[in-house]
Amino acid sequence: MSVLIDKNTRVITQGFTGKQGTFHSQQSIAYGTQFVGGVTPNKGGQKHLDLPVFNTVAQAMNETGTNASMIYVPPQFAYGSILEAIEAQMPVIACITEGIPVQDMLKIKAILKTSDSMLIGPNCPGLITPDECKLGIMPGNIHQTGSVGVISRSGTLTYEAVHQTTQAGLGQSTCIGIGGDPIQGMSFIDCLALFEADPKTKSIIMVGEIGGSAEEEAAEYIQSHVSKPVVSYIAGLSAPKGKRMGHAGAVISAGTGKAIDKINALKKVGVAIAPTPATMGKTLLEVLA
Amino acid sequence: MHIHEYQAKTLFSRRHIQIPKGILIDSTAKASDACKVLGGDIWVVKAQVHAGGRGKGGGVVLCRSVEEVGRTCSQLLGSQLITPQTDTKGLPVGQLLIEAGQNIERELYLGLLIDKQTQKITVLTSTEGGMDIEKVASETPDKIIKFGIDPLGSLSVSVQDCILMAQKLGLNTELTKQFNSTLLGLYEIFTQKDVNLIEINPLIVTQENQLLALDGKIDFDDNALYRHEDIAKLRDISQEDAKERIASEYQFNYISLDGTIGCMVNGAGLAMATMDLIEHFGGSPANFLDVGGGTTADRVAKAFELIQTEANVKGIFVNIFGGIVRCDLIAHGILQAIQTVGLTLPIVVRLEGTNAPKGLNLLGKSEFNIHVESDLTKAAIKIVELTK
Repeated sequence: MSVLIDKNTRVITQGFTGKQGTFHSQQSIAYGTQFVGGVTPNKGGQKHLDLPVFNTVAQAMNETGTNASMIYVPPQFAYGSILEAIEAQMPVIACITEGIPVQDMLKIKAILKTSDSMLIGPNCPGLITPDECKLGIMPGNIHQTGSVGVISRSGTLTYEAVHQTTQAGLGQSTCIGIGGDPIQGMSFIDCLALFEADPKTKSIIMVGEIGGSAEEEAAEYIQSHVSKPVVSYIAGLSAPKGKRMGHAGAVISAGTGKAIDKINALKKVGVAIAPTPATMGKTLLEVLA
Repeated sequence: MHIHEYQAKTLFSRRHIQIPKGILIDSTAKASDACKVLGGDIWVVKAQVHAGGRGKGGGVVLCRSVEEVGRTCSQLLGSQLITPQTDTKGLPVGQLLIEAGQNIERELYLGLLIDKQTQKITVLTSTEGGMDIEKVASETPDKIIKFGIDPLGSLSVSVQDCILMAQKLGLNTELTKQFNSTLLGLYEIFTQKDVNLIEINPLIVTQENQLLALDGKIDFDDNALYRHEDIAKLRDISQEDAKERIASEYQFNYISLDGTIGCMVNGAGLAMATMDLIEHFGGSPANFLDVGGGTTADRVAKAFELIQTEANVKGIFVNIFGGIVRCDLIAHGILQAIQTVGLTLPIVVRLEGTNAPKGLNLLGKSEFNIHVESDLTKAAIKIVELTK
């Protein structure tokens, strides 16, 4: 078991024939993912990487039975691509694209609420179930099949958490990079719920950072819904009080987005905090000892 | 992207939001003509800079004679305006907006932004205008009226909703009408031009029973500028930090800080975490720098150049988790960049990921002042030692 994706997941890429789409599809295939084709409008019927190219996601689903898509289209086309995947009822969608206008995501988010599709990202590394399925841009070789569920807002910090849990001999069940955009698909809470229900996941590492209040909300959720041990690292303790990009933003959020408030909220509900980004694996070993 | 007050007001007036009569000038010689055209006997001279708190910084001056307007203009034009929201250097004043004085009865606040929690476009309004709205929200939250708009909802805020808010603000029938068109205008700009934040503070009620936008502030979504050429043209690079501007050309994420350790990291989260680690071991970062993906020699060289311009920097910490990009290629890039830039500062390089040992070996063998380390903790301790 794992969450969202496994060895039976049939993967396609949207933006298949582009430079990024091609490269990361190759990487995903080389990792052993069951990769079945891709979508590029107006290139339907062609072959790319020896796999079929389709004009639309709906066609790809009909012909290949795909049930997970990763999106590599440029930001100006991302709204259309995500929407197309949702309308085709694609079960799992990982959008890697960075720089999507926030009001586009606002609309996507509202549409998602009436759909069963799970969106990961955008602006994220994607997700991976080690040795089974790689739906994103993470380096496959640092992963190892195991018991830790990893959730992170930051790409490279996800890799740190993965690397450290591999070195600690624990390995990972599934790793999900939820992305750093203000409006995103799956949240910490959505992922925590999946890991709590997954028998293969024995513990969870949650990597957060300054800004917003997602970590505080996750803390509340952990208190009442998560029985598995959770270790967290929150980046940004040293961040200066940033440039004020329109002060009204702070008016509306409950917290101030400071790292220390997030750390305190998590500590209060029994989450062990890794004191530095280099000690996530070590802290988890201590908790499990 | 921020724009100037006068630019915001131009956008306002196109949507039938009432603004005071005003004239933009860029030389003192034009001041007295401007006063004549505006008429009356009180004028306000307002420095056009991309920062709040202009009043406190002396950038908004009430003048009671044409001579006083002239004196104020010659003082402000060409100066650097320092406000509570700028750094100690301030921002250059190249243009002034001269406006006719108003008979103010009340000052309100009206703004729209995206509420990340409810994931809705949200109207904020308050009877406590003209003040720091953040302060109002924390000290008297009951004085803030919030209203969320469904992102997929009808074209606009409904008239009913507008009337409800106007009632809470205590506006009479005539002012309610004006409030409706002001709010609808703001909403149109917000949704049609991909705005992150739009604010009128203060929105004044005049003794003549008129609602006027006395100030205006708009922050646009950089990611959406590609579809708004008209807005992209409003950019004023004189208001941007030179280093951050160069950084944005190379698609770096860069912020200057006061410490002694220059940082070059891939990924924003890891970059922040690297700063945390440096502080954890008693050091202080000179900058935040996320070089992003594609760590090529050219990009690394540019990053080193930027870091070298920081006055206090005594050493550089390079922390790269090479995922898809192989570490030996990154190492070559670093060596080439050191040569290009002529870097002499001590460098600690931590590489992890694909081909890390090969990359570290390459760097360790070089004749440059490089310390290599694969362990993140040891690397951080080393750079703190070297810069003590």
